[in-house]
Amino acid sequence: MAATDRRSLLALALVGTLFAAAARGAILPEDRADVMYHGYDGGGLEVSGPSVLVRKGFADKLSVWTNYYVDSISSASIDVVTTASPYSEERKETSVGADYLYGKTFMGLSYTNSEESDYTANAMRFGISQDFFGDLTTLGISYARGWDEVRQNTDSTFGEDIDRQSYRVDLSQVITKNMVMSVNYEGITDEGFLNNPYRSVRYLDPSSANGYSYEPEVYPHTKTSSATAVRALYYLSYHASARGEFRYYTDTWGTEAWNAEVGYVHPLPNGVTLDLHYRYYEQTAADFYSDLFPRQGYQNFLARDKELSTFSSHTLGFGVTYQLGTRLVPFFKKAEVSLFADYLMIRYDDFRDVRAAAAPGAEPLYELETTILRAFVSVWY
Amino acid sequence: MYRLPLLCLLVVCGAGCSNLKLEPWVSPYERNNLADPIMSFSRDPVAASYMHHVYQAREGARGAEGGSGGGCGCN
Repeated sequence: MAATDRRSLLALALVGTLFAAAARGAILPEDRADVMYHGYDGGGLEVSGPSVLVRKGFADKLSVWTNYYVDSISSASIDVVTTASPYSEERKETSVGADYLYGKTFMGLSYTNSEESDYTANAMRFGISQDFFGDLTTLGISYARGWDEVRQNTDSTFGEDIDRQSYRVDLSQVITKNMVMSVNYEGITDEGFLNNPYRSVRYLDPSSANGYSYEPEVYPHTKTSSATAVRALYYLSYHASARGEFRYYTDTWGTEAWNAEVGYVHPLPNGVTLDLHYRYYEQTAADFYSDLFPRQGYQNFLARDKELSTFSSHTLGFGVTYQLGTRLVPFFKKAEVSLFADYLMIRYDDFRDVRAAAAPGAEPLYELETTILRAFVSVWY
Repeated sequence: MYRLPLLCLLVVCGAGCSNLKLEPWVSPYERNNLADPIMSFSRDPVAASYMHHVYQAREGARGAEGGSGGGCGCN
């Protein structure tokens, strides 16, 4: 669990990501299947595995889909090597969903289950969207409920629950014949055991040989967050598109974050489509986060999760898609092979690399560099 | 000092709105470009979903991720 301790959110997020109803507009998604290999390598963490997504429509009214996803994790991350031992594990995630179109009204229902040795996550989402104003405007709302079970491999008696709820509003607007924009809002509430049962915080301890010791982290049992995003997509006259995104986030733990992303898609005449994108992200630390607390039990809530620290990140990515000729794939309307690679660099402002020999609190700040791959085959039928 | 310009703005807007008939300004036959596959916020859901997964695992922020939408809005 230590490697991907936010997986509990993933089920909730996935039912939103693959859930087409909220912002799509009154058309059913195309019948399509994707088989993807994904790879993540950086900071001592390696995660890879397949993801298969299949969607099939019936009578232009109903479209059903399913996704099977696996994370094979091998972790020797800084958290693991400083307070635990390297480990390997596997997470399997299964999602199913159905979208129903009735006139200009689109409804969707989806369910996701994620299983691993010490964590089970479930989530359901229902959404409805409506086109109006000459089909230039699409307004969608959705609600998701998640229920998770947290376990601990080193203690079979440990078991805690988390309840989650998500409320989302999506507004999509055609601005001109070459431009579309969307505004998205999502509020999420969590209640239950929200910290990682394996993770510890660091505090000054003169009696320790290296000057500090560890104690278990303690999080509040509730959290409420809100995120608002504005996105725009513009068609360029020479058959290319440019996109932009800005998102702002706050939560009741004191974290404030924003990210901006720009992207460019350029199809070439030979069936190749190029994609170039850049994303910047930054956040402030949670109120109860510290890299090094002054003493044991310093305050009621304690965190040293670097994902709750102050940091900024840059992601630069490149993708290439090649459309296969119909002679190569006679049974399908269209087929593509794609390879996307991203380089992610994170600089932490108040999370220190304790592997370095230095006085407590004087260690170098931690940095993370990661490569992220997605290689997939897509067919339309 | 801002009252006069504000008043003028309100009068102009009021006069304009009284004659304003807001209608869809992009006709269905003008939406070819919007219907192009490159005009999607997320062309490949399986890959976009994975990137959201990566960011959520690494960042404190969550929610309002993109994932669908775009296109022509044609029925």
